[in-house]
Amino acid sequence: MGTKHNQRDELTMPERREFLLKAARGLGLAAAGGLVWGGLITEGRPAPFVLRPPGALPEQQFLAACLKCGKCVEACPYDALDLAKPEDNKPIGTPYFVPRTHPCYLCKDIPCVPACPTGALDKKLVGEEDENGELVLNINLAKMGLAVLDRETCIAYSGIQCDACYRACPVIDKAISVEYTRNARTGKHAILAPVVHSDSCTGCGLCEKACVTKKASIFVLPREIAMGKSSERYIKGWDIRDEERLRDVPEETTTRTPRSSKSPVDYLNEDIIP
Amino acid sequence: MNKYRYLILRRATQTGILFLFFTGNAFGWSILRGNLSAATFIDVVPLSDPFAVVQSFSAGASIAKDALAGALIIFLFYALIGGRVFCSWVCPVNMVTDLAGWSRKTLRLDSALKFWDIRRDVRYWIIALSIALSAMLGVAAFEWVSPIGAMHRGIIYGFGFGWMFVLLVFLFDLLAVKNGFCGHVCPLGGFYSLAGRFGILRIGYDKYKCTSCMKCLEICPERQVLDIVGRQSGAVLSGACINCGRCIEVCDDDALKFTNIYSRNIALSKKEG
Repeated sequence: MGTKHNQRDELTMPERREFLLKAARGLGLAAAGGLVWGGLITEGRPAPFVLRPPGALPEQQFLAACLKCGKCVEACPYDALDLAKPEDNKPIGTPYFVPRTHPCYLCKDIPCVPACPTGALDKKLVGEEDENGELVLNINLAKMGLAVLDRETCIAYSGIQCDACYRACPVIDKAISVEYTRNARTGKHAILAPVVHSDSCTGCGLCEKACVTKKASIFVLPREIAMGKSSERYIKGWDIRDEERLRDVPEETTTRTPRSSKSPVDYLNEDIIP
Repeated sequence: MNKYRYLILRRATQTGILFLFFTGNAFGWSILRGNLSAATFIDVVPLSDPFAVVQSFSAGASIAKDALAGALIIFLFYALIGGRVFCSWVCPVNMVTDLAGWSRKTLRLDSALKFWDIRRDVRYWIIALSIALSAMLGVAAFEWVSPIGAMHRGIIYGFGFGWMFVLLVFLFDLLAVKNGFCGHVCPLGGFYSLAGRFGILRIGYDKYKCTSCMKCLEICPERQVLDIVGRQSGAVLSGACINCGRCIEVCDDDALKFTNIYSRNIALSKKEG
């Protein structure tokens, strides 16, 4: 009886059946299409080795905001910027630069940043307010990346005189300084070693372009890749600015855990002393 | 020549706009800078793709006022004129899909390749999918894979392998679905269909001049919009009409012409009155 009933249902309501089938097919196609499409995006998205123009928002926010219009590329007087093509292995259509061939020359007026219509390149990240509260662009605030130096291939570290990167650096003596040490191998010469300082380095890559070794021994990496991060709890007692962080800490800072309710001696000896 | 007057005009605007963008990048001309995603006109008026801005917004970006103002200007322009004027008079992919359509016809692939058919409203679902994926993945989803973007960026800033996206569209239209990309899939076209629903520019039809030769339906890439042909005089009201004017050109009876939406109830021919 049951099957007969069902058969009649099917015969009398073919529209409903067709509608449900079509809806299911539509949903299935949308899910499949969405998966492929989403896959294409997630595959291309993590591009940690991309250097953005000055003032770029953090990478994830940058990707959400950039409309790929290329106005920054157009604005760059040195043609340093390019929009990523599919074969560049970077998010397609987004601007980037390759310092070894085309570094950022740190224009004073930073034409690429005001050209951005979406704020993906944010003036506030490369500007500071003057006494009238107006934003004044300062390219030295740019943090496009950080120069990293390979001591093993840098010829200056072997005692050969070279200061190409030091001389090329637009923030000379702040972003790259030269440290003199005795050349222990010869015993009578000096080593003039370039050292990068992350607080002043803009990541422009002029050092990378200037480097004389076959493959650059000093090169720019995105800051989040190049830099470590130490825990908040380490305070350099010999550094007055770092000591400041202790000022607001309350007097009583002892940590209380179940384990610390006993004294350490009691706790460590509890199995020995009955 | 008269049979191609709008086609020639359209190719002129399509290539002209791309040319101005190209000169903006290559020679520093200031008429148009940027590309079809976002631009400035004479360094003053911001312009941007409203659908891209919607996706970007959905991806969680706080969009600066230039891009918002640009999106509003473009949106109002096409909402007023007729949304899909973009598709046939500006978008460079139109040239590719028209070539595919022409090749399909010349090679007589229409009758041979009828095995694939998809619905015209797929594009609206793809709009929804674009916005949902943008929200989930934090990037403007359609812009990530858009052959339109690949093409105008390629022409203005250099193609690389971006031409593959364009070839894909060509092959899809040639071998898979007739008028497949522009007529079924493209969410930007769908977006402008919705935006231009109440636009002014319309195709007007005069039943009393029409001899029902059906040449217009044959040439039309969105043939469902010409449902009034052979039935009643009036204007094409569907937002899906791209206002390309091909139907007007092929008509031997002068039964079709560009008109405005207000004339939809006005008889186009004196004979009718």
